[in-house]
Amino acid sequence: MFNEMGTEQNVRSPYAVVSDWVKQTGIDLLQQRSAEAEALFRKIGITFAVYGEDADPERLIPFDMIPRVFSVDEWRIIDRGVKQRARALNAFLYDIYHRGEIIRAGIVPEHLVYQNSAYLPSMVGINPPGKVYSHIVGIDIVRTGEDGFSVLEDNCRTPSGVSYMLENREIMMRMFPGLFHRQEVEPVDSYPGDLKDTLSEVAPQKCENDPCIVLLTPGPLNSAYYEHSFLADLMGIELVEPGDLFVDDGLVWMRTTLGPQRVDVIYRRIDDDYLDPLSFRPDSMLGVPGIFDVYRSGGVTICSAPGAGIADDKAVYCFVPEMIQFYLGERPILNNVQTWRCALEDDLAYVLGHLDELVVKEVHGSGGYGMLIGPKSTKAEQQEYAKRIIADPEDFIAQPTLDLSTAPTVAPDGLGARHVDFRPFCLVGKNVRLAPGGLTRVALKEGSLVVNSSQGGGVKDTWVLAEK
Amino acid sequence: MMLSRAAENIFWLARNIERAEANARLLEMGRRMTMLPGSSGRDEWRSVLRASGTMGLVSRDEPVTEEVAVNTLLLDNQNHSSIRSSLVLARNNAKAVRTAMTQQMWETLNTGWRDFDGMTPAKASENLEHIIESVMVRSATFRGAAEGSMLRNDRYDFLRVGWFLERIDNTLRLLDVKYYILLPDSDVVGGGRDYHQWTSLLSAVSAMRAFYHAYESDYAPWRIADFLILNDDFPRSIRYCLRQVATHLNALGKRYGQKMPCQDTADGVLSRLSNLETGEIFQSGLHEFLTEMMSLNARVSREIAVDYNFTG
Repeated sequence: MFNEMGTEQNVRSPYAVVSDWVKQTGIDLLQQRSAEAEALFRKIGITFAVYGEDADPERLIPFDMIPRVFSVDEWRIIDRGVKQRARALNAFLYDIYHRGEIIRAGIVPEHLVYQNSAYLPSMVGINPPGKVYSHIVGIDIVRTGEDGFSVLEDNCRTPSGVSYMLENREIMMRMFPGLFHRQEVEPVDSYPGDLKDTLSEVAPQKCENDPCIVLLTPGPLNSAYYEHSFLADLMGIELVEPGDLFVDDGLVWMRTTLGPQRVDVIYRRIDDDYLDPLSFRPDSMLGVPGIFDVYRSGGVTICSAPGAGIADDKAVYCFVPEMIQFYLGERPILNNVQTWRCALEDDLAYVLGHLDELVVKEVHGSGGYGMLIGPKSTKAEQQEYAKRIIADPEDFIAQPTLDLSTAPTVAPDGLGARHVDFRPFCLVGKNVRLAPGGLTRVALKEGSLVVNSSQGGGVKDTWVLAEK
Repeated sequence: MMLSRAAENIFWLARNIERAEANARLLEMGRRMTMLPGSSGRDEWRSVLRASGTMGLVSRDEPVTEEVAVNTLLLDNQNHSSIRSSLVLARNNAKAVRTAMTQQMWETLNTGWRDFDGMTPAKASENLEHIIESVMVRSATFRGAAEGSMLRNDRYDFLRVGWFLERIDNTLRLLDVKYYILLPDSDVVGGGRDYHQWTSLLSAVSAMRAFYHAYESDYAPWRIADFLILNDDFPRSIRYCLRQVATHLNALGKRYGQKMPCQDTADGVLSRLSNLETGEIFQSGLHEFLTEMMSLNARVSREIAVDYNFTG
């Protein structure tokens, strides 16, 4: 098992300062200060609600105070690899909503795209500004060894968690100012400005002046509402709900104290299904009727574009390395995790024969739900799951149970090693930008591999060491 | 320019906070009054509930005990103006418009908003002093955070308008419940006892010292009425609050380059008050005057909602 900090005797160099600091501070004091950190989080109001749970709707995501550290060289790999991937994913989206060259070339199977429920035929032929479909790409990266970074999945719709990147740093700087004197860390606070620049760069054709940008949220009951308001605030743009917007005369407007104001760019944090009841879900009362027609005619830009979700489908994921080669003519810098698609006969046979050692996921699932973690499951659970796979093999993929790296973490009974993953947020407009940091998620239960905040995961500050 | 929904929530945020504070002060007044001799015959807690506009929530025939009053004003979830409800509503308003608030404002609202969870009336009565104080401190902290950190833009105008409209409402209701002790005739009724009633009235608007400074301690009832209605300097007098409302409504009009009906109404009421003397109010009837002011105040509030596209 790869420990990010190294061993007791042999601390890895990026962690030298952090390791000293942990030793000097002592676990007792760290535990005590954890409580202070939680109070601080609650006061600021950073909470995370989980859908379908009756529990406290204002639950906190636990924050672990020991930062996760990347060296300059490690970050260089991630930076280049993530940007490369984000460009390829957008090229793929443009392609499949136009000529579909990658399908004609026989690289990606036709039915995987055109039969996919995430594919929106109504997007065919539309030219989004800058040919960008996914403006904020969250790439989930895991590590299995010194050089073993790989991508577990892509998030091309509305990836959340970036507020934790910013707030975790804020809390660390408030609580341990001295630590940042001992170790220079790349700041992450350029993110909101970069996001705003990115959104400005994709202003629609019909926009005449400085674009009016808004963030569209489903409202205070949404689990990521805090993040929505936080980002809108940092960008200095309006946080709107569907009811604040309406379509008139081929344009989108918001209701203000000064009457209707025109809206040019919408950073939406609601799903495709709830964007426009006229175009997507007639049974839905939510959304802004007619907004899709305005989008189609170049009157407004919707970020991410409707239909962008096809690119982060777990079956499409298998082909991202090929996309990178096909569209960019480059070799992938970050590799995929080996993946078996149960839709293929040979793969299916292999998966069914090795359920006890694989992780099996639903192709359309997310949030860590509905998956089977082979080594942690009982024979009965495996048999149950096998029935589901056989009933609809196309719906499942499998990956080896990865030996995720661990990072030092404050646990109730002392310092523990817990599994972590990492999600950087890549911005794609006219330029491709990546803030030096991201969201490190940590599985707080000893031995657990599930880092999702909905299932007992926590977060850490992520440090990219400054170049000397 | 701002989202109408945001303006609406800011306006009500201020009103809800101010209402919580007013109710805390009413509880304080109730405590003081029931400590006076002969208070049992006067059913003081009933007048406290009437002053808060929540009398309808308790039975007419039963005596209103401290327990009932504390429950209604402090804890009752069914009472939308109880302190607990007001603070929950205020926090919901704030959540809906987090981007329109500064971090400091939000933090004051988000601290201790669950203080009343699981609290019983008996337990609350025991700690009433402390609870009243903490509600007042919370309101003052919020006000301070807003004053100290907000841009002086339209958000600030809507916040201030909400604040002062609510204050006017509260002062009007308080006066209306106790107007009989301010009538000139009551001068002769009860000497010392009424003296304490008057001071209780002043304490309900946190104005004992202020009154002393302004009128050099002469507690003549007409002076108290003058102080609470027409004083130019006291920040809870009707005239002062109305001037603030008019100022901020006009600032909004100027900002947006338009003249709205709510501005005319507020200006109209203000100019009427400006030329008014306490004697005239008593002559034409204090109660009638208060009733008329309440309805004008409600009208300003309604017109603001229409003029600025509020939905609720």
